[in-house]
Amino acid sequence: MCGIAGLIHRGKSSNVGSELQGMLQALKHRGEDSTGYALYGDTDGKNFIMRFKVGENVGEGSSSIMEDVSVYDQRKKIVDQYLSELGAKIVKEERILPYSLRYELTYDVRDLLEFSQKIESIPGVEILSMGKSLEVIKDLGNAKMVCDRYSLDKLVGTHAIGHARMATESGVDIKSAHPFWGYPFSDVSVVHNGQLTNYWNNRRMLENKGMRFMSECDSELIAVYIAQKMREGASLEEGMKASLTGLDGVFTYFVATKDSLGMAKDTMAAKPLVLYESDDLVAMGSEEIAIRSVLPQEIDTYDPFDGEVKVWQI
Amino acid sequence: MANLKTTEKKTKAQSMGMHTEVLTGRTQQKFFNPDEGENLYYFGTYDVDFNKRTELDVKEMSAPEANKEIDNLMSQGFGTIVIKNPQGKHSLGVGILNKLNLIFEGSLGYFGMGSCDGPTVRINGRVGWSCAENLMAGKVVIEKNAGSCFGAAIRGGDLICKGSVGARTGIDMKGGTIIVGGDAGAFTGFMMQRGRIIILGDVGINLGDSMYDGTIFIGGKIGSFGSDAVPADLSASDQDWLKRKLKVAEIGEKFDVSKMTKIVAGKKLWNYDNLEPHEKKGAI
Repeated sequence: MCGIAGLIHRGKSSNVGSELQGMLQALKHRGEDSTGYALYGDTDGKNFIMRFKVGENVGEGSSSIMEDVSVYDQRKKIVDQYLSELGAKIVKEERILPYSLRYELTYDVRDLLEFSQKIESIPGVEILSMGKSLEVIKDLGNAKMVCDRYSLDKLVGTHAIGHARMATESGVDIKSAHPFWGYPFSDVSVVHNGQLTNYWNNRRMLENKGMRFMSECDSELIAVYIAQKMREGASLEEGMKASLTGLDGVFTYFVATKDSLGMAKDTMAAKPLVLYESDDLVAMGSEEIAIRSVLPQEIDTYDPFDGEVKVWQI
Repeated sequence: MANLKTTEKKTKAQSMGMHTEVLTGRTQQKFFNPDEGENLYYFGTYDVDFNKRTELDVKEMSAPEANKEIDNLMSQGFGTIVIKNPQGKHSLGVGILNKLNLIFEGSLGYFGMGSCDGPTVRINGRVGWSCAENLMAGKVVIEKNAGSCFGAAIRGGDLICKGSVGARTGIDMKGGTIIVGGDAGAFTGFMMQRGRIIILGDVGINLGDSMYDGTIFIGGKIGSFGSDAVPADLSASDQDWLKRKLKVAEIGEKFDVSKMTKIVAGKKLWNYDNLEPHEKKGAI
């Protein structure tokens, strides 16, 4: 089933970590195998923030292998070495969990493709997010468990998207959890509710063009598909509109960038979405109750139509 | 039983007990006797007084608790119940088989008012997916928008949404009337079998896809027709019916019904008599 939620404040910041936690927790009955947050925090915009993992938190039904935690330190050392070779300087380092780290970096970047390829060439290492304000946090468990584990409830920012996952297409582990970073673009993330039926055809085609897939989760295709369109020069909205015909199956998905939030719905409108839009706030989720967690008062909401794509700016 | 191996074909069937009942002169049509109407009732329904009114705040209740309390209030004779703070909860008001005035001051989630037979309901908010699914009789009015599968498989009653509705409105509909003041999404009237759908605004792609029967009236633009959905002439009696229906529904009273598009089933998907392809091959 899975549930997705997103919100964007226009013209102001808010406690988006706590707000998204409430929205995703209201959707936990749609799946609590894993939960993921993509939060766009208030930062000074000087340094890159890189969230990455050096191992898996593995749940029942996963194809990932349980590892000795001692390998995490060895992998971290190689990451540090590679960052140095790439000319990146670590300004701040946080080890949130044995397998999950957050770095603030100074890095003169033109294309993150080479950078991320180098870091992710280390077995077991995956960059969850890279950007000046994006922070992707995902782990096993429901929204509250993940929020508490990573202390997300105090994070202030402008917008956020999140995902409550019921694992169907791939294993119960972090690599299959949403959101997916829009590799190799900084500050781009994607969450998806649905199933894609032309996953392998698209994957092979995109891999031939040099794009990488870290999981076997069909939803990852959306992030890579949009990223490839943007590499070819399309705007975010153009890429999303192209996905309505390029991706086959049923889907409702959200994409967030540094300053915008977008939604797209397939032409059969087979997956649910409820949307609230006002001058200063847009909130949307798989179910009304997600929106009610931040807006308990009576409001006007609606279901987007088939083939609808919308993008909002902060 | 006779020996089936040695008997002739016709005798074989007779020996198995077939062809013994004389059907000539008999009909299977059932006629309803209005005198017996008062004897028809659902088990567990109540005599309620519409003038006896109460309020129920469901903010801290789960849907089953709220539904049970509505039932309890009806058993006490309350005929008008106002539900406070529904807050998008799923499955509220499901399975009411009673005459009842039910007013929701807020919005419902999925499956609101499902499987009902008889109540008159006003929802002063929006509704999620599959609102009033399997409605048998009664009237449900939604003041704002509705989600997908609005009025799925309804058999009777009037279902009215003053705003817009999502995809697959009236899917598998078997009777009754759905009226939408705004727009409707893709696959409106998908596999519709009976009843009528009126959309005053625009509709999405694949309108009336694979519909068996029933009638759809569209006031705005049509994204595309679905398989076997075809336009038909809008007759004077259609227009009279539309005017009457919209007036009773208190929606679009000034709408120019003469400009509506009428859609019916082409009935080309109905060829049950056709042989399957492999059977044809054998016959040749």
